[in-house]
Amino acid sequence: MEFPDELRYTQSHEWARREGNRVKVGITEYAQQEISDIVFVELPKMSAPTVKGKAISVVESVKAAFDIYAPVSGTIVSLNIPLETDPAVVNSDPYGRGWFFEIEMSQPSEWETLLKAEDYRTQCITTH
Amino acid sequence: MLIDSESRLSFEKSSAGRHGAKLPKSRLAKKGAESVPEPLRRRNPACLPELTEPEVVRHFVNLSKKNFSIDTHFYPLGSCSMKYNPKVNEWAAALDSFAGVHPLQAEETAQGWLQVFYELEQDLKEITGMDRFTLQPAAGAQGELCGMMMVRAYHASRGEPNRRKVLVPDSSHGTNPATAALLGYEVVEIKSNARGRVDLEALRRQVGPDTACLMLTNPNTLGLFEEDIFQITELVHEAGGLLYYDGANFNALLGIARPGDMGFDVVHLNLHKTFTTPHGGGGPGAGPVGVRQKLVPFLPVPLVEKQGDRYAFDFNRSQTIGRVKSFHGQAGMLLRAYVYIRTLGSAGLKQVSEDAILNANYLKAKLKQVFPVAVDEPCMHEFVLSAKLSSAKDIHAVDIGKRLLDYGFHAPTVHFPLVVPEALMIEPTETESKETLDRFAEAMIQIRNEAEKNPDLIKNAPHSLPIRRPDEVLAARNPILTYQDWLVSLETKEEPKLSLRS
Amino acid sequence: MHYHPLTDNDRQEMLRTMGARRFEDLLVGVPEKLRSREISVSESPSEFELRKQILKIGRENLNSQSTLSFLGGGSYEHFSPAALAELLNRNEFYTAYTPYQPEASQGTLQAMFEYQSLIAELTALAVSNASHYDGATSLAEAGLLALRHTGRRKILVARSVHPHFRQVLRTYLEAADFQLEEFGFEKDGRFRREEFEEFLTSEVGGVVIQTPNFFGVIEDLEKVADAVHDKGTLLILAANPLSLGVLRAPGEWGADLAVGEGQVLGLPMSFGGPYLGYFAATRELMRKIPGRLAGMTIDREGRRAFVLTLQAREQHIRRKRAASNICTNEGLCALGACIYLTLLGKEGIREVGELNLDRAHYLRDEISRIKGFRVNRDAPIFNEFTVVSNKPFGAIQSKLVPQGILPGIDLAPLYPEMKGAFLVCATETKTKEDLDRFVKALGAV
Repeated sequence: MEFPDELRYTQSHEWARREGNRVKVGITEYAQQEISDIVFVELPKMSAPTVKGKAISVVESVKAAFDIYAPVSGTIVSLNIPLETDPAVVNSDPYGRGWFFEIEMSQPSEWETLLKAEDYRTQCITTH
Repeated sequence: MLIDSESRLSFEKSSAGRHGAKLPKSRLAKKGAESVPEPLRRRNPACLPELTEPEVVRHFVNLSKKNFSIDTHFYPLGSCSMKYNPKVNEWAAALDSFAGVHPLQAEETAQGWLQVFYELEQDLKEITGMDRFTLQPAAGAQGELCGMMMVRAYHASRGEPNRRKVLVPDSSHGTNPATAALLGYEVVEIKSNARGRVDLEALRRQVGPDTACLMLTNPNTLGLFEEDIFQITELVHEAGGLLYYDGANFNALLGIARPGDMGFDVVHLNLHKTFTTPHGGGGPGAGPVGVRQKLVPFLPVPLVEKQGDRYAFDFNRSQTIGRVKSFHGQAGMLLRAYVYIRTLGSAGLKQVSEDAILNANYLKAKLKQVFPVAVDEPCMHEFVLSAKLSSAKDIHAVDIGKRLLDYGFHAPTVHFPLVVPEALMIEPTETESKETLDRFAEAMIQIRNEAEKNPDLIKNAPHSLPIRRPDEVLAARNPILTYQDWLVSLETKEEPKLSLRS
Repeated sequence: MHYHPLTDNDRQEMLRTMGARRFEDLLVGVPEKLRSREISVSESPSEFELRKQILKIGRENLNSQSTLSFLGGGSYEHFSPAALAELLNRNEFYTAYTPYQPEASQGTLQAMFEYQSLIAELTALAVSNASHYDGATSLAEAGLLALRHTGRRKILVARSVHPHFRQVLRTYLEAADFQLEEFGFEKDGRFRREEFEEFLTSEVGGVVIQTPNFFGVIEDLEKVADAVHDKGTLLILAANPLSLGVLRAPGEWGADLAVGEGQVLGLPMSFGGPYLGYFAATRELMRKIPGRLAGMTIDREGRRAFVLTLQAREQHIRRKRAASNICTNEGLCALGACIYLTLLGKEGIREVGELNLDRAHYLRDEISRIKGFRVNRDAPIFNEFTVVSNKPFGAIQSKLVPQGILPGIDLAPLYPEMKGAFLVCATETKTKEDLDRFVKALGAV
């Protein structure tokens, strides 16, 4: 299972990629495997405020719905609209085309509190 | 997509010029349809199918033959009470003297219906130990909504709108948290203890001045009676909260125990479970709600009163939460329940629960060697097994359910309650014979053997039915919800293909 | 007890298998204090005596077979083909459960799919759910959807919408701390356009208009959808589905949501229930609609199959995050409507609409000629209309009921400003003889 080193992670299985003051967010390989076939992604609204650790999006499989939590606080500045018609790309390319949304950070210091790849990998192994 | 003659839609059997009903040809008015101004007329004709009566009949009779049903199969769905639907109930509901009555007829011309409503309320009060009932809610979930609205109104009337929390056990039916959340409550889940009941300590920690209500099913979804029920109700009442009884499992308690006596303030019953009104492929149901005195002022309007030997609607209730349904509720279902109660009488009702409990415990005794029981104690009307087998890790509860279809049994409830891994929730009900239970147990034993010797048979079940393991992922990703959607998918040649995994 | 198969022998054998001595051993967890209270309910000695009792109670009701009824107001006497009742009596339909196991429920699921298709076609909208409790609760759910979708807090509704619809809508909206505002109607029964335009602000999430409205008036909705959409608001039309064979459909008016009472599609009046709420929406709103949805897919062998789909919206999965808590709905009633519409077909749905228009217009013309009675002629009607008389409605009723005629619905209790008016309905079930008899009786009051 892949956990790219250049990304940061949350305990709730989101990944974050930093580009300046913006953070792109998706769900990890581990999460997409656990959820299994994703049938729908409910993206947040543009310009919606986000609070670190609070649910901002929902992913649906046939049998269940899962909250996706914002890794950092800020404002939603872009959305991966193609996910609405092709949610399966989250399963096939979770770190690339399967990204969810981008946040403009309001508290950049929060970035340092996110898990590094090895720590996240350890967490996944121990819970498995 | 493979479509045989059995799975063609009515639209696909259509032929221009056919019709299946005979309407009068005569026209009386000088200007009837012509009087509708042109901009208000339908633009494009409604393209309903065109079939004759024999074609329509054949179509739907053949469809019906593709269903499992109580009248054809044993259907042990936990918490659904799939018991026999008595035919005399249907006879009554179809009578013109009941079916042909308009809901807004003057009360003097509908005294028969009002008598049924009134007497049914008296019976339900007696059976549950509550003080008054509203017969309006259309189903259990609507009963819950109505009941929780009354809880909210009660606290508001006492100047306590800050009671923002509703407590539910982690084993609860999904409608409980959904209802509470709809009304803006914060839902707090209380953990079950090792014996499957509400953990009193966990409850004690959560109950406080911000508690509006605790919603409980008793027996719970594991089929276990909450033995500490008096402590639970006292605890919540002391903190100023109310107790809501979800009546989904009331089939275990008829003539044995009454929620009113346990301390519940508001109760809903599912007439389509405990009181045999038919499930109908998903309704109609009815969810009457009973309350103790303190909540009576908030009941929906109208109620039914008796004055001398006349019956009347009472609309004059100043603190009512309002109306929750048009007219008077699911009258036809209320009539069926009324007939059922009279058919059984007091002794019959008690025998319902006694036999339901006996059947469940008997089946559990026969199956506990086959699949682990979630909690190995005497259960009430239902019990939960786990399909998690260390010797067959790849088999899930859903697979067991599918394989049972091959043996001629409808599957039990699978993967619920969530607190038991690979749960199989089994409720036989009192209208099943010992022979049926024995045959079911035999089938489960065979399936258990197959799980070890021939797991593919189970993983790929069912083998004997018209379809097998439909692709639900595809259905959710590319929804085809109407015949029109289907036509579009043909035109764009985006015919459904099996999704890559599953 | 003739529904309970266990014999005393069975019970003893079963207890032995369990290793229990007496049945009471199984109740060990139930406190003794609870068990001492015996219940006492009424009972009948035998089935035929019970049937006699029921028939006796039934005789205290007037019904549409015994009495000539001109009542409408949200519940209607319509022709229901004999084939419909037969098919609904198929045990495999009415004793089946919700189709959670698709392989065991293709009959129910395909019928649901056909019902959804029929409603979508009738309303000229993209998608329909598999039913709601009734028209009123269906409207309430539409209101909540509009508010969730727009993020606003107010619904605007015409007062000419059925009083029960508005009351239920109010109950549901107030429970979620939302607001309901009403706009009025003109003397001819049509909605008051200036008031509508004045109250339509960008605070409003949804506008509700019923057509034909409670007074039977067909509303002119020209430019309404545009005005509503300009404000970013949704248009919710409550439409009589039986009228949609002849009247302009909600989709054709630009509505976002269509709801209404499906009792008219072959279901008995049955003193108000069980009824059928239909719920249709544009494609854009598909994933937000409450209630069950049947979808088409393929199985492992590539065969056509039907399943419940988009279930992750529903209570059994989303739990506290569900849009609605609906579980059991009106499955058998939706099946009835499906069969009814299939029997009537393309020609029949148009014909029955024309017949309703015909009978009501004939009756209205005849009543207008009676001295002392005035009818509403100023607005187009479907199958009911208001009548004003110089005689109090109570007097009319007490004269006509003994003659076996139920003359209509008194409007004053529902609309205080309409004292002296009553609502008269004539559907395709009325013959010329019926209508003439009624007119004659009114004339003699």
